[in-house]
Amino acid sequence: MDKVDIILDINGAAHEVTVEPRRTLADVIRDDCGLTGTHIGCEHGVCGACTVLVDGAPVRSCLMFAVQAHRKRIRTVEGLQQGAVLHPLQQAFIDHHALQCGFCTPGFLMLTVGFLERKQHVSEEELLDVLSSNLCRCTGYENIVKAVKAAALQMSASK
Amino acid sequence: MSTQLKDNRGTGIGASVPRLEDGPLVTGRGQFAGDISFPRQLHMRIVRSANAHGLLKSVDVTEAKALRGVVAVWTARDIENVPPIDFREGPNEKLAPFRQSVLARDRVRYVGEPIAAVFATDPYIAEDAADLVAVEIEELPVIVDASAPVADFADGLTTEATICRQGYGDVDAGFRNAAHIIEIDVAIGRHSGVPLETRGAIGRYSAARDVLELHGAAKVPHRNRESLARMFGRSTAAVHCYEGQVGGGFGIRGEIYPEDILVLLAAMRLGRPVKWLEDRREHMIAANQSRQQRHIIRAAVDADGRLLGIDDRFFHDQGAYIRTHGTRVAETACGILPGPYRLPNFRVACHFRLTNKTPAATYRAPGRYETNFVRERLMDAIAKKLGLSRVEVRLRNLLQPADMPHERPLTALGDEVVLDSGDYPGLLAKALARCGWNDLEREVKARREQGELIGLGLAVYVEKSGLGPTDGAHIHVHDSGDIEVITGGASVGQGFETVIAQVCADKLGVDYRRVRVVHGQTDRIEYGIGAHATRATVMTANATAVAAGKVRAKALDMASQLLQTDPRRLSIIAGHVVRLDAPDQPLMALGEIANHLRPTSKTRGGREPGLGADGWFDTAHMTYPYGVQIALATIDRGTGGVNIEKMLIGFDVGRAINPVLVRGQIVGGFAQGLGGALFEEFQYDERGQPLSVTFADYLLPTVHEIPQVDVMITEDAPSATNPLGIKGAGEGGIAAVGAAIASAVDDALGDIATVASLPIKPQWLKAVIDAYTAVSP
Repeated sequence: MDKVDIILDINGAAHEVTVEPRRTLADVIRDDCGLTGTHIGCEHGVCGACTVLVDGAPVRSCLMFAVQAHRKRIRTVEGLQQGAVLHPLQQAFIDHHALQCGFCTPGFLMLTVGFLERKQHVSEEELLDVLSSNLCRCTGYENIVKAVKAAALQMSASK
Repeated sequence: MSTQLKDNRGTGIGASVPRLEDGPLVTGRGQFAGDISFPRQLHMRIVRSANAHGLLKSVDVTEAKALRGVVAVWTARDIENVPPIDFREGPNEKLAPFRQSVLARDRVRYVGEPIAAVFATDPYIAEDAADLVAVEIEELPVIVDASAPVADFADGLTTEATICRQGYGDVDAGFRNAAHIIEIDVAIGRHSGVPLETRGAIGRYSAARDVLELHGAAKVPHRNRESLARMFGRSTAAVHCYEGQVGGGFGIRGEIYPEDILVLLAAMRLGRPVKWLEDRREHMIAANQSRQQRHIIRAAVDADGRLLGIDDRFFHDQGAYIRTHGTRVAETACGILPGPYRLPNFRVACHFRLTNKTPAATYRAPGRYETNFVRERLMDAIAKKLGLSRVEVRLRNLLQPADMPHERPLTALGDEVVLDSGDYPGLLAKALARCGWNDLEREVKARREQGELIGLGLAVYVEKSGLGPTDGAHIHVHDSGDIEVITGGASVGQGFETVIAQVCADKLGVDYRRVRVVHGQTDRIEYGIGAHATRATVMTANATAVAAGKVRAKALDMASQLLQTDPRRLSIIAGHVVRLDAPDQPLMALGEIANHLRPTSKTRGGREPGLGADGWFDTAHMTYPYGVQIALATIDRGTGGVNIEKMLIGFDVGRAINPVLVRGQIVGGFAQGLGGALFEEFQYDERGQPLSVTFADYLLPTVHEIPQVDVMITEDAPSATNPLGIKGAGEGGIAAVGAAIASAVDDALGDIATVASLPIKPQWLKAVIDAYTAVSP
């Protein structure tokens, strides 16, 4: 299969890669760019573990081809932390015990960051609707909701 | 002494400190199986049977082999010397013929059974090549119902692999003397752990060290190392398993599967590391399923509703082969079924049957989720028959604190059942008071009169934990003052590192953040039984406590020489030796003492080198936590949808090391249990074709489905079997959810129908409601 040269801008760094057009964005982020924080849980767009931000919007990277993301601005979980300081949402996940195995966590973080950054005030109902896009098998969601609420308050206060 | 305990309690036992595990996980720096790669690695793809039962006529790999990038394609013929995957507990002659071959030989028995393995330089190419393998199968009749008549499994063998029997007393006499006999026929659906991370295995052979390595190991690395060594005819010194981060275990992950054997074999034969990652569809047809049983169970009771005997006959749907657990789930079901009740006579027979479905094994609370549902359905039926309240019938039958320890001539997980401690009526009373049961009953009555389908349900249950008999840990203090606790435990995401660090911190006198907990690395410690059967915290924590006590004593002994002080006047606080009369003045850091104990140290004296110690903990029996679950449910007449308005879980853990983590286990377990009660089911059609192969067909609960859960953790009955008094919390959340939800939905249905199977799906509810409304509008 003919390969294509593309440039992916991930967390501000340009990754020049040569890929088959059929390679998913998730696989290229993980295997070609070496950023394995983006996880693959179902490969059919339901679980949301592979969620990344593409031009600010949450995207299931298992349902997108890497060639479609050429020159787009991609953010992954590795880009949330600023130096030694965790993103408020990352810290909130730790503080509220919002993860157990942690496999779904990057997807929940990116989903929520993408949502909270674009939204000033969030109702409980909206929040639950957004969080219901992703699956967690360990926590029963209780602490994810708590963590996201706490971080939402903090993020809107610092806006 | 009191000062020391108080000061270290900041991060020790009982403190809800943040987890040590979380840093890498929230920053995307964990190392799950998929994240592990080695130079020059090959990728494996499995060709699986598309038929549920048939004769394997031919497998043509010519075209697949010709594809550029393909290194090898194997069928059963290429691995004829490899034995079937054996049972973890060792050989079992009777069950041996039902074991699964690594690749199907002459028959396939379920959709998803591995037939061929493709090895290629790229996972996409491996998948392309797998599609080119031509498989010819002559279909045979299938069995999809374990209670259907038995058929032939192979020449001279039927699909009833064995019958597991347990019991005691004179059951027939119990039934002869009964005032009432109540019989129910109930079934539990097929569901499983379905972790968010699918399985993965990376095999690597180091010729330089002559060591065969399995990366991506989980749950029972040490036991698996022994099994793998046996299968490959290698010394355990030449086989190692390595656990990284694990994306959920729940029983299914970490067992030895055909794919694990194939990557290891290929790594040796092809001379390159071999990586295999399961895709989700594969997971739904290849990884262990669980739960499915049908029980025909009778109770004999006296005129007051007291149990005189239980006689149970059940069919266990094992699927196509018997995997590593053997009959463990069925045996546990038999041994644990009586639960928290006084039961003078008991008889159970499990028909352990093979069907043409994906093989079954353990899923969190194996044998208990099933039997709690069965037994509590039976208790509800007794209450109904005798016109007693559901609470009253339980109160009349619960074991009392004075009955403890209560020995039952039964076994679960090969361990004699001795309920070690507990106040079952006390916990029930607390739970009823906490949820305001009487008020809820009045509310239900009032809302029912308004036309709502609303009901209350409850379940009382006993859990088991801390399967022994023995576990060990080694603690070593580094010169830096950092402490390594090397365990043979395993972490499946439950917070193992944190709780072990807390126990070490508590007993040694350090901050838990200075403690590094090693797990799942067979080259770091010789023995270990991993994390299963809710045993890790009970067994490994107690072993850690023993080791920490020894290290503490050695540190104080060394310090007393250096400080010229009686060791009884010294303590360790926050990693420093202090005098008891001046606890705020650190005299010497633990790292400094470790330095004095180096092999070359002149101050060491006659002491053995190193500030470290081994600790071993032995237990004669498991320890039994217990719980009460109460649910308030409504049913939507229009859709058949169930809404859980209130949920209470009361659970006695003896002693909680980290209450926030315990709560996390309970709530997380509840969510899984709710899935099995209302949504999750591996369905098969009459030809044995799996219908639940995506997350669109197999419904995991989302945040919308999970109600607020009121968790009441009690510490009324510390375990009598271990010094820390702890009982495991891993499975208490899930164990009785099916039972409690069924009780509530059944109550909501009233005369409309009786809940006799899980999951209780909206299609069924709507059908029975519509049918009832049609005849009595």
